[in-house]
Amino acid sequence: MDQLTLAQARSWIDATASVIAENAPHLSELDQAIGDGDHGANMTRGFTAVVKKLTDGAKTDDLGGLFKLVGMTLLSSVGGASGPLYGGFFLDLGKQCAGKQTLDAQALTAVLESGLNDIKRRGKAEIGDKTMVDALTPAIEAMKAASHDVTSATRAAAETARDAATKTAPLLARKGRASYLGERSIGHEDPGANSMALLLGALAGVCHE
Amino acid sequence: MKKLINSPEDVVREELEGIQLAHGDRLRVSFDPFYIVRKDAPVKGKVGLLSGGGSGHEPMHGGFVGAGMLDAACPGHVFTSPTPDQMFEAGKAINGGAGVLQIVKNYTGDVMNFDLAAEMLHEEGIDVATVLTDDDVAVKDSLYTAGRRGVGLTVLMEKLLGAAAQKGMPLSEMKALGDQIRASGRSMGMALTPCTVPHLGKPSFELGENEMEVGIGIHGEPGRHRVPVASADEITEMLMEPILSDLPFHRGEQIILFVNGMGGTPLIELYIVYRKAAQIAEKHGLKISRNLIGSYITSLEMAGASITALRADDALLALWDAPVNTPALRWGV
Repeated sequence: MDQLTLAQARSWIDATASVIAENAPHLSELDQAIGDGDHGANMTRGFTAVVKKLTDGAKTDDLGGLFKLVGMTLLSSVGGASGPLYGGFFLDLGKQCAGKQTLDAQALTAVLESGLNDIKRRGKAEIGDKTMVDALTPAIEAMKAASHDVTSATRAAAETARDAATKTAPLLARKGRASYLGERSIGHEDPGANSMALLLGALAGVCHE
Repeated sequence: MKKLINSPEDVVREELEGIQLAHGDRLRVSFDPFYIVRKDAPVKGKVGLLSGGGSGHEPMHGGFVGAGMLDAACPGHVFTSPTPDQMFEAGKAINGGAGVLQIVKNYTGDVMNFDLAAEMLHEEGIDVATVLTDDDVAVKDSLYTAGRRGVGLTVLMEKLLGAAAQKGMPLSEMKALGDQIRASGRSMGMALTPCTVPHLGKPSFELGENEMEVGIGIHGEPGRHRVPVASADEITEMLMEPILSDLPFHRGEQIILFVNGMGGTPLIELYIVYRKAAQIAEKHGLKISRNLIGSYITSLEMAGASITALRADDALLALWDAPVNTPALRWGV
């Protein structure tokens, strides 16, 4: 597959909503260990609101419009830190994709990398801080190294992110509420890295079909 | 889970409906988006004081909306920061032409959402300034954490800045006063029991019959140390010593001392804590000029307490004594 189309991007958002809802108890359980236990519920509320807007017929003529709608909706419905981080991420994707109907693998990688930089700027997080950055950063590197078709690039991103999310367990949290626990944050996977891995998994899923 | 609720999804909306019915003479509740605002807002020529945060800390913040304290408060879902659209609408509703001051507890989500709201209000042509609270000495303030949490000092900050705004203090001076209060207060808390967030249905952490958590925040998150349960006097010492040595407070200074219940601790126990805290303050040569004892910044039904000490001069004490007329804090009216 050479291009991610608008229809597929729309499917990606639907698939993300489903997989987030399915995994909400797991995400909340991870968050309960080192945070306040609401990550699953908050993300589910956000993506449910997004899907409702799309189903109700919100007009999205291009990828830019779609991602902007996702971003604005997450911003006003998720709350916590994940709202601004995921909301800002999709708003940035929206800006990068203004007027675009499709993205090839290289363009998709560049767009996701720009979104990553938005998350890092807003959350003041770097790799190794035990956040969603730890899943997205290596995933983007894997996309760059993968062959230039969307199917294999997104599959590489999904597999790498999945693996990277589990590898956040031994890290000492330096951002967000988990950082208040100090050494006690060690031994638990980061919930944000896990939800990011789900998002990329859903992307690989729709690009494989 | 046993709770006096109808369903976990409706907790915040139904609470707001209750507040509207109970205090509709003084407050107005917006349901889309959620915020609570003084009925007479905007007050012309007065800085609008805006705060907000996750629900579950009642009476903070909604209970502090009224003359002499907050102009508006934005409730999020339980223990979850509210969203920028709420703060934006509330900010517009309270802008009387003198700008808006946001009081934000230092949590990653709250800070990011209020930052976005400040940008939006600024684009609307409204002057906005922000004051943070980060008074919890249990969390190390370093490059490697999200910084200290905002806890009990937030209540005192809202009262004092509310009085300053009511007296007509301009935004820039309010911001400076807020920063001064931020730098002069310290807190620490502990829990005897965890609490249960309604939509999770189980306790936020497990505590044995003979265990307690020291250094907790206000979101049901575990603290920094789990230790055997001790006497009220010993627990009070565990909280007071780090508070007093952190700032540090000096002999001869005046303080406002605030003993706060976490939601599930009765007043009888809070006075036992206050008794020891006052003895320790006296031992350190501090004069308790004012005090506040009760459950004002809570963590649902958690049993436990926090202590806040704020260094105060006569100007701050005058602001403390100024009239306040809110559902949860009311004097001089």
